[in-house]
Amino acid sequence: MMKTWQAGKRLLPMTAALGLLLAGCGREDLSVLRPQGPVAESSYGLMKLSIAIMIVVLLIVFSIAAYVWIRFRRKKDQDEIPKQVEGSFKLEVLWTVIPLILVIVLAIPTVKVVFAAGNDHSDDKDAIKVKVTGHQYWWEFEYTDYGITTAQDLIIPTGKHIAFELSTKDVLHSFWVPSLAGKMDTNPDGTVNRFSFSAPNEGVYRGKCAELCGPSHGFMEFKVKSVSGEAFDNWVASMKAPESVMPEDPVLAEKFKSQCLSCHAIGSMPASPVAPSLTGIGSRESVAGILLNDDTREDGAPILENLKTWLHDPQSVKPGNKMPNPKDMGLSDEEIDGIAEYLAGYTLD
Amino acid sequence: MDWITTVDHKKIAILYLWAGGLFFGIGGIEAILIRIQLIKPMNTFLDAQTFNELITMHGTTMIFLGVMPVIFALMNAVIPLQIGARDVAFPFLNSLGFWTFLFGGLLLNLSWVMGGAPDAGWTAYTPLSGKGYSPSHGVDFYTIGLQIAGLGTLIGGINFLATIITMRAPGMSFMRMPMFAWATFITSAIILFAFPAVTVGLVLLTFDRILDANFFNVDGGGNPVLWQHIFWIFGHPEVYILILPAFGIISEVIPTFSRKRLFGYSSMVFATILIAFLGFMVWAHHMFTTGLGPVANALFSVSTMLIAVPTGIKIFNWLFTMWGGQVRFTTPNLFAAGFIPTFTMGGVTGVMLASAPADFQFHDTYFVVAHFHYVIVGGLVLGLFAGLHYWWPKMFGRMLSESLGKWTFWTFIIGFHLTFFVQHFLGLMGMQRRVFTYLPNQQFDTLNLVSTVGAFLMGVGMIIFLVNVFLTSRRPADAPEDPWEDGRTLEWTIPSPPPEYNFKQTPLVRGLDAFWKEKMAGHKAMTPAEPIGPIHMPSATILPFLMSVGIFIAGLGFMFSRDEFSSSMMSFLFNNYIVTALGLLITFGSMLMRSLFDDHGWHIEPEELEGGEQR
Repeated sequence: MMKTWQAGKRLLPMTAALGLLLAGCGREDLSVLRPQGPVAESSYGLMKLSIAIMIVVLLIVFSIAAYVWIRFRRKKDQDEIPKQVEGSFKLEVLWTVIPLILVIVLAIPTVKVVFAAGNDHSDDKDAIKVKVTGHQYWWEFEYTDYGITTAQDLIIPTGKHIAFELSTKDVLHSFWVPSLAGKMDTNPDGTVNRFSFSAPNEGVYRGKCAELCGPSHGFMEFKVKSVSGEAFDNWVASMKAPESVMPEDPVLAEKFKSQCLSCHAIGSMPASPVAPSLTGIGSRESVAGILLNDDTREDGAPILENLKTWLHDPQSVKPGNKMPNPKDMGLSDEEIDGIAEYLAGYTLD
Repeated sequence: MDWITTVDHKKIAILYLWAGGLFFGIGGIEAILIRIQLIKPMNTFLDAQTFNELITMHGTTMIFLGVMPVIFALMNAVIPLQIGARDVAFPFLNSLGFWTFLFGGLLLNLSWVMGGAPDAGWTAYTPLSGKGYSPSHGVDFYTIGLQIAGLGTLIGGINFLATIITMRAPGMSFMRMPMFAWATFITSAIILFAFPAVTVGLVLLTFDRILDANFFNVDGGGNPVLWQHIFWIFGHPEVYILILPAFGIISEVIPTFSRKRLFGYSSMVFATILIAFLGFMVWAHHMFTTGLGPVANALFSVSTMLIAVPTGIKIFNWLFTMWGGQVRFTTPNLFAAGFIPTFTMGGVTGVMLASAPADFQFHDTYFVVAHFHYVIVGGLVLGLFAGLHYWWPKMFGRMLSESLGKWTFWTFIIGFHLTFFVQHFLGLMGMQRRVFTYLPNQQFDTLNLVSTVGAFLMGVGMIIFLVNVFLTSRRPADAPEDPWEDGRTLEWTIPSPPPEYNFKQTPLVRGLDAFWKEKMAGHKAMTPAEPIGPIHMPSATILPFLMSVGIFIAGLGFMFSRDEFSSSMMSFLFNNYIVTALGLLITFGSMLMRSLFDDHGWHIEPEELEGGEQR
């Protein structure tokens, strides 16, 4: 018993050192190794423990191997037959028992965290409930308590539990925000998954689809935007505002209505099952999840440019997506640019 | 012609080796293409669809058509020799197993030229692999090709079970069997229990796709998660079908080149059986994020971690086999030495993956890609290289070049670690697997570049190996019976390559490492267990080949039975199942021939045997 305790004590500083080392890896808004919320934190804790145990195991194996290879290398004049050892009951028991102990050391916290992660907050009155629906290749977020639906940008208030209900409209996807929580698959109706996470700090976190879902699987990204409670309430209020702003030019407005709104929804229109809602698209972090909106051009392009890129040829941005090419729907280049300008200006305050 | 009709296990081993090598090469080229595409962010070398076809075919080809046949090649070449048998239990079936594997593999790879390769991942998760989301024939090639190839594996597995149970030389009790024979025995048992699961799964998926059934279709009351269970109930044991033979090889190579018997033989046997047993209990650890709930996740977490215990026993037993020995670093032993730390690294990441809440992060990322390549390439492929270099003289009568072998080892293993070690970090930094490209500025760029450079280095290692094989094949076949001088088991008691009948007289086994025991007693050869007499040999036959051709044609016919063809002749032939029927007719006709015409084989008379000895 004493031995295990000592081993555990020795692991502690190593775990701490590892934590520091691994924390240097990757972007804060993306890396598993730089968790930004309690759920990701608990996975990370297990990871650090398991990595520490595994490094100890590796060190033991490597050093015995190195010793054996150097010490027992056959010398030139060596010809006598080495003693044919059958085995050693004591040694074999030793290396059965030690791994068993290590497994137990890892298994206990694992089981604890498994059950803690099963706590899904779907009955929590205080939690924000979000229905996530995966589509080839975009994400739909429905806030059931507020009656609003958005796409690609998941806006959440800091510190609150977000209770997710995950499903898919087509093939399997997997909902993953590495710096906030592990992933969870979206299955078709009938096997709906629930889980929850929270983000204590404000920030924008990168989310990904982790289950192969077709050609543009790698491009099925989204953003989680964690904002203050007040900003969240404002956002909800502006999402709920009934009037939907239309393009100023009446001809363009007509085109937009007849061509775009046959699939997409804006403002108070009921959410469309086939295409992302466009409400407030001008305020989003990205176009199509992967064209990052960035006026400084450091990590993307201005939203107007991104919208034009997308609208002029959606297939070249996201191969295999379901949006028809606006040109094939009879829109001229000027009309496409006009709609892009209108959408870029369609922001929520 | 001789090669098409042969039923000799040694020739079938060579057939398996060439066919496996061919598919391994195809899978390797696919891997290189994948790595070129990922060398930099937003690369346009390949398009998304082609990339998905390549990853699907790379995984499928490597698992089913690349490494499995090479394993079967070594088993076929060595097992009858190691247990002192003259052939496998059912030579005819052995040949049938090879030909169904080959034609299944050919069918699968035909997809490249016949309208699109499968693109739903090697796991073919529904509904992506269903007709609705994968309308080309790609996945049909997958289901039907693997079905035919799987038939061969199952036949092979049953054959080895029967061989090892019934054909051991007198005196060779189970606990005196070489470790590679044990590994083959257990592997075959896993095949026997695991392959029916994938057979059923593939049939259901074929029905869904071709006959509009609803097993996995939600609208028709099916359940896509069912596919995942069926697939992994096969798929997890498959991992052990791959790795246990490598364990067996390492357990042969290390004692030979340490001049010591295997440390803790009985615990090795016990560990092998335990690994096989636990391997069947842990399939759902591939599905932690599917939403099975905390109870299932906890159970599968703990049972998965337990596999570390018997695996750990093996690692330490190998290390202590060398302890106190005289270790010689020949090429086979170099690969065995590389295997131990590399495989251990794959093993420990496996334990990390077993922790479900941590796996929520690891799953479907490059961390997993790194893990299973450490196990399959760092474990199995290094093991196979060790085995190939070790038994090459026995199979072909020629020693591979030691210096080229060492070059192969160093380029391959350095390239391997460069490729896959950094992928652990890519996964942890948020890169999901199976992405055809990635956005810049995510700190993925450098590590992906390193990984691609490593992949090229592995390719160089493979080319050096091929050069070695080519140069060796041009040298005279002059390998002695016991080319490594410290051979411990029965295969080293007979000429290299062995005569058709293997053993002129079945040897009498007096203990573990039978040959070593005789050497230590001062004998030069085994004591025979029987007088010299006529040896019964099975006749060569083309029927297995024809049967496989028939299944191949039937598969193609079934697959295209609902297509519309521009030529009315083709439509007539396919849509009326005429092609299918023709294929089945060939197969069943050959079976009928086999049943109706008794072939008693032939005998090699003692006089010929004496002549053979002076060769």
